[in-house]
Amino acid sequence: MAETDDNLIIFDNVSKFYGEILGVNRVNLKISAGITSLVGPNGSGKTTLMNLMTGLLQPTRGKISVLGISPYNPEQLFRRLGYCSQFDSFPRGVTGRELIRSFLTVHSYSKTEAKELTHKALERVGLLDAADRKVAGYSKGMRQKARLAQSIAHNPRVLVLDEPLNGLDPMARAEVIGLFRSLASEGLHLIISSHILHEVDMMSDNVILVSNGYVIAEGNVRGVREEIEERPAEIVIRCQYPTALASKVFTMDSVVEARLHKDQKGLFVKTKDADKFYLMFNKLVIENDWGIESVAPADDDLNAVYQYLIGTEGEGR
Amino acid sequence: MSSTAIEALQPEEKAENAGFALWLHQIQAILKLEVKKNLWSLRSILIYLLAFLPVVICLLIALTVFLTSAAGDPGWREEFAQVMAKTFTFIYNGLILRTVVFFGCAWIFMNLFRGEVVDRSLHYYFLCPVRREVLVVGKYLSGLIASTIIFSLATIGSLFFLYLAGYPSSINYLVQGVGLRHAGIYVGITILACVGYGSFFLLVGLLFRNPILPALALFGWEWINYLLPPLLKKISVIHYLHSLNPVPMDEGPFAVLAEPTPAWLAIPGLLLLTIVVLALACWKIRLAEISYSGE
Repeated sequence: MAETDDNLIIFDNVSKFYGEILGVNRVNLKISAGITSLVGPNGSGKTTLMNLMTGLLQPTRGKISVLGISPYNPEQLFRRLGYCSQFDSFPRGVTGRELIRSFLTVHSYSKTEAKELTHKALERVGLLDAADRKVAGYSKGMRQKARLAQSIAHNPRVLVLDEPLNGLDPMARAEVIGLFRSLASEGLHLIISSHILHEVDMMSDNVILVSNGYVIAEGNVRGVREEIEERPAEIVIRCQYPTALASKVFTMDSVVEARLHKDQKGLFVKTKDADKFYLMFNKLVIENDWGIESVAPADDDLNAVYQYLIGTEGEGR
Repeated sequence: MSSTAIEALQPEEKAENAGFALWLHQIQAILKLEVKKNLWSLRSILIYLLAFLPVVICLLIALTVFLTSAAGDPGWREEFAQVMAKTFTFIYNGLILRTVVFFGCAWIFMNLFRGEVVDRSLHYYFLCPVRREVLVVGKYLSGLIASTIIFSLATIGSLFFLYLAGYPSSINYLVQGVGLRHAGIYVGITILACVGYGSFFLLVGLLFRNPILPALALFGWEWINYLLPPLLKKISVIHYLHSLNPVPMDEGPFAVLAEPTPAWLAIPGLLLLTIVVLALACWKIRLAEISYSGE
């Protein structure tokens, strides 16, 4: 498909200030179809860019166009765009199914269409079993899935996803990444924000690095990946049997360090190959039926990796 | 374009082709969600308590009158309808209209947007393919339906219980002739009050982070309306409702003016004022950003 403005998401010299505080400054971007990740530490301006793209914020300067549509034309924009935001709140008292169905009704779908699309969306994110439970009773991961289902329910051409893997367990992460890949292969634009470079590496075609409100680099993810692979990923696991897990983890080739937490309820792991580690880890958990409370990349270290990338970029100037 | 024709369109075509019919369809969907929320949410308990207050007061007055010797006095009974009409006018203007309907509308309409910001759920609507002006109209109508139902019932309930003291003749008076006409006018005034106050409070909820002080200022403005010069009087809801009162009072803030605004002017005047205020709300919502921090 020819890269006309109607196929692109364009930021033209966009700045956003919150009073005197800088949100983003002088952003110029042209984003084409496929998976594009916005990467940067917390507070770098990723969510601001996404909120600008979806008209939830208005730029102080500059223009934005999403497939040729202004973000201030919600009537047309949100037929083509779905936004899975980080706002972790929902209308009171609704079930997962009602949440999406009423959203589609406001979209002006008929009852039958809304019912069908709701079912499909819930099925796609694996939330059918809990669809008729109140969203207020959902776990963090289930709420994340509900938001995701809401954003894809109307079959948008652009999907904006703000930290979409937050709160998901490793299995669900793998499923959701698979879903993103499948949507991208259908020709959708997927804009995904993350401060976790490992996730970006796994799914993105392109990456945009954001720091302190500025876009400092953008391009193919391969270059970034090469930088990442030189540094081991750090993962924190909270579980019932950390000692047993540690003994198994030590036998993996990719693991360079495994340390028990002081409270003996968790494990800190350093690995050269996070993909391989997650695969082996999932297998171990299933085979031994270990209860896992949480698995998360160690933020501090990932921010350190990010800083490392920024540093590299800075030195290259 | 008919509603069925809209449903047959592809989603992307709907926005481009449907126009007014699409907006109606979307307003219906918003009403379905919002009326339920306005009538049955935890927040609405306060409204029911407020609406219940004049009904209880009227019931207590009726019981007191019924149990006192005055009720058995044939002379007093002759004047009963007149006395109760004046009593109700006093209760209606002082308690129902200026307090219950005023603060009830403040609570319902300010929460239409302010409540969503506090609950951090406004983005739910902002991420729908709905013009923000359509959202304002949909939410306003939902508030209007809820407030009209609640406060009309409170008005009728209060009137009914007050006249219960002169049962059975007073009830006959109430359900036929002048009594029935008066009841209809009071309900009409209540609905118009919801129309006018609703638009003001919806705007207040959009303009102010803490809308309590503006609401109290508006409350004061409405109470001192009878002291204001003619031009300023027109910038208030109570000015237009005042002259519609079926039972005139002779003095005080409830007294009907020497030259009251006729109904044919008062009702369109109030509706015009409402449209202007809603237009301001539409302008404000177009500029609104989602920023829940600091709420």
